[in-house]
Amino acid sequence: MDIKNLTIISALEDLRSKKITAVDLVEACLENIRKHNQDYNVLLTVEDDDKLIKQAREADATDHSSPLSGIPIVVKDMFSTKNLRTTAASKVLENYTPKYESTVTRKLKEAGAIIIGKANQDAWAHGATGENSDFEPTRNAYDKTRVAGGSSSGSAVAVALGMCLAAIGTDTGGSIRVPASYNNLVGLKPTYGRVSRYGVVAMASSLDTMAHVTKNVTDSAHILNITAGADPYDATSIKTDPEDYLKSLTREDLKGVKIGLSPDFKMATLDKKLVKKIDESLKLFEKLGGKIIEVPLPHTPESVETYYILVPSEISSNLARYDGIRYGNGRSHFGAEAKRRIMIGTYSLSSGYYDAYYKAAQKVRTLIIKDFTSAFEHVDVIFAPVAPVLPYKIGEKVNDPLTLYLMDIYTSPVNLSGLPSLALPAGFVDDLPVGIQIIGPPLSESRLFSIGNAYEKQ
Amino acid sequence: MNTYQPIIGLEVHVELATKSKMFCGCPAEHFGIEPNTHTCPVCLGLPGALPVPNRKAVEWTILLGLALGCQINEHSKFDRKNYFYPDLPKGYQISQYEEPLAINGSLEIRNSKSEIRNIRIRRVHLEEDTGKLQHTTVNGKDISLADFNRSGVPLVEIVTEPDFRSVDEVDQYLKKLQKIVRYLGISGTDMEKGSMRLEPSISIAQIAKHSRSYKHGKDFEHKLPDYRVELKNINSFRFARKALEYEIQRQTEILEKGETPTQQTRGWSEAKNATIPQREKEGESDYRYFPEPDIPPLRISNEQLAIINKQIPELPDAKSTRFQKEFSLTEHTSNLLAEDKSVADYFEEAVKNSLAASPSPLTPIIDVANWIINKKIDINQTLPAELIQQILRSKQSSQIDESELEKIIVQVFAENPKAVEDYKKGKLQVVGYLIGVCLKKGNFHQAQIKEAVEKKLRNV
Repeated sequence: MDIKNLTIISALEDLRSKKITAVDLVEACLENIRKHNQDYNVLLTVEDDDKLIKQAREADATDHSSPLSGIPIVVKDMFSTKNLRTTAASKVLENYTPKYESTVTRKLKEAGAIIIGKANQDAWAHGATGENSDFEPTRNAYDKTRVAGGSSSGSAVAVALGMCLAAIGTDTGGSIRVPASYNNLVGLKPTYGRVSRYGVVAMASSLDTMAHVTKNVTDSAHILNITAGADPYDATSIKTDPEDYLKSLTREDLKGVKIGLSPDFKMATLDKKLVKKIDESLKLFEKLGGKIIEVPLPHTPESVETYYILVPSEISSNLARYDGIRYGNGRSHFGAEAKRRIMIGTYSLSSGYYDAYYKAAQKVRTLIIKDFTSAFEHVDVIFAPVAPVLPYKIGEKVNDPLTLYLMDIYTSPVNLSGLPSLALPAGFVDDLPVGIQIIGPPLSESRLFSIGNAYEKQ
Repeated sequence: MNTYQPIIGLEVHVELATKSKMFCGCPAEHFGIEPNTHTCPVCLGLPGALPVPNRKAVEWTILLGLALGCQINEHSKFDRKNYFYPDLPKGYQISQYEEPLAINGSLEIRNSKSEIRNIRIRRVHLEEDTGKLQHTTVNGKDISLADFNRSGVPLVEIVTEPDFRSVDEVDQYLKKLQKIVRYLGISGTDMEKGSMRLEPSISIAQIAKHSRSYKHGKDFEHKLPDYRVELKNINSFRFARKALEYEIQRQTEILEKGETPTQQTRGWSEAKNATIPQREKEGESDYRYFPEPDIPPLRISNEQLAIINKQIPELPDAKSTRFQKEFSLTEHTSNLLAEDKSVADYFEEAVKNSLAASPSPLTPIIDVANWIINKKIDINQTLPAELIQQILRSKQSSQIDESELEKIIVQVFAENPKAVEDYKKGKLQVVGYLIGVCLKKGNFHQAQIKEAVEKKLRNV
């Protein structure tokens, strides 16, 4: 059975009408894993076949009324999964098996999902290409020689290669949107706090969001319906009840929708090859009836600098617990990128430097947030590219961290501001996928889905 | 010629007696509990676990702040204090740095010269306790074991300005602080169990003979000595006293030689009866404090504050003053009664009981006070109403005719010949039995009966 183009929604229909079984789905995933995992380095841990088939049989014994009944899902290796190894793609946690379940994976399981395995990623989610994995980089589903995009590299490629129907990842500075775009998929980074962070290895706590990658907007809305909500175990989770996001997918056109475009975003180093494609995508929004309005975001050019002070600061503290006493491996097992970020962060927080770095960056962060707040007084959503370049060749930039940091130019301001953003496929350049994103004000996920759905239908 | 003036400041840690820990649902109780049984992903600092602040602990810290006359910050937040130690599973302690819950309070004490001294309280903040290491030998190998039952127990830190000028003042402050915390019912403040811990810092100022005396803390603000010795490992008030006295002498001797004592941390060694240097401290350690991103900032509303304020009970000083006024007791007696809230409450309940018998009270209030203080009444065993009856009985029985008592004893002995025989054979424990029987027959004071029964037995 070919599941590469199968969405969750149609799979559920087929399951409920008994056209297919959950066992069929799981076997198809396992087949694709056998075929591709070795080459593409997608999954770090695959659940035992027997256990998966057993779960599928149990799902098939029901009427599949649960929202994710029998649906195979892959989870980024940042999420604690009880009794299933969780490494964050770092050698430090190579032998760590959690004794507890993250809120997101618990909710998925309760909804009937079958967790196929744990996805490769940049170690600790530090990276935009996937090459910082301590266990071989994941390869792009459209070109094996190129990067998959990161840090949720394995999550995106697992969906693209049919190892699951949807995958869960995290997005701290673009980590779901970049790999989704690089593999022609839909990636949602929800509002900060909309989805619980409990049980997910922390990268930068004030920016981390629990995101997911799917084949279309409807599936994305469906997954958010399950993962969103307040969590008594996460003090930063948003108390407001989530909406029914599937109900938002009614729009056929974009009449009356004001779409913001920032000249400040254009200043960034967008690869010339991409300009035409991105413009075409924007034209499509106009064709659907959307009105393009220029909005200034004057502080966003400072986003990358701000991001690379605040994020490493939080990282240096969040990684302190891996002290070699628990979890087996010591601090010498940290990879180069983790070490670099620990050092930058430790420096930024040190007395004498705190005011000049951490505190100054916090102030700029506030200005960036204000930019967006003002912009959303005039527009409904803001349009932007996802990545400024096409996927690099694997190894092409590994010795150039500064260039790699600039990959976050369009994505990091969104995380600094805690906003939701939906990354959508925009076609191909040189046979490689390109993505755009629509950014909304806090808790505007329904709006993003509704606009994204209209765009996707074209 | 110089005189020397000790300058002492205090950091006191008090573990809150909340049911659950500071940031998770584990029981906060840890003393004498099997190691690592009161733990969960949060207090073990497992990857991905997140802290959720304990509302009660926040309220109690505010309560203590208010009781110490502090200003409560409308905006408060938690910060991370980053340092490595094997008993700190996250590699940082969640504490409060920039915006503690309470600041700028004070506590009035009376020193040995009967001078009223106002000790300024710089801040009262909330943090989490660490785990505990046990250094032990297993199979002949020296090893360290970590117990995380204590990890994440709520801990309040009360920091004073360097306002103490003598060891006695420190002693008075600690006793008063302990009393207040116990009154509020927020901590056992048991030094032996570690639920109250002290860290004094001490330095000695040299004062030229002609300069005016340094009585008030403020005079020192620009003249504090440029070094400071922190004292650790002090687990009783007595050790605090000894360690401070030792330091005063040690530092004075160094100053006499024209040298400056080293800025350092010293621990009290009971075995050596001396303080000994711990790790050297050069200036401030770099804890890389920054705002805890896992916990949103706290906002304390006026409404919340008003509700908490209402929970402050009458505190020891106020209670003592009221007892003096309301019951015409001496300051000494009132203070003794107000020492412990449950004793004070018991006293008032007993008095109420006595006064309820109109038109005239059953017994004078001073008698009730004296009985409670002098006879060490077990307030958990004797109900207040029973106490009044006991006092009454003792008064009546003391007036009872000696011959009446004699008659009863004769009767009891006659009715219990075997007991009397047993006594003669040397079974002395029958005395208790005979006293008990007599007690049932008349309204006597126990001591009075005991004396009479024993006397009679000796004469049989």
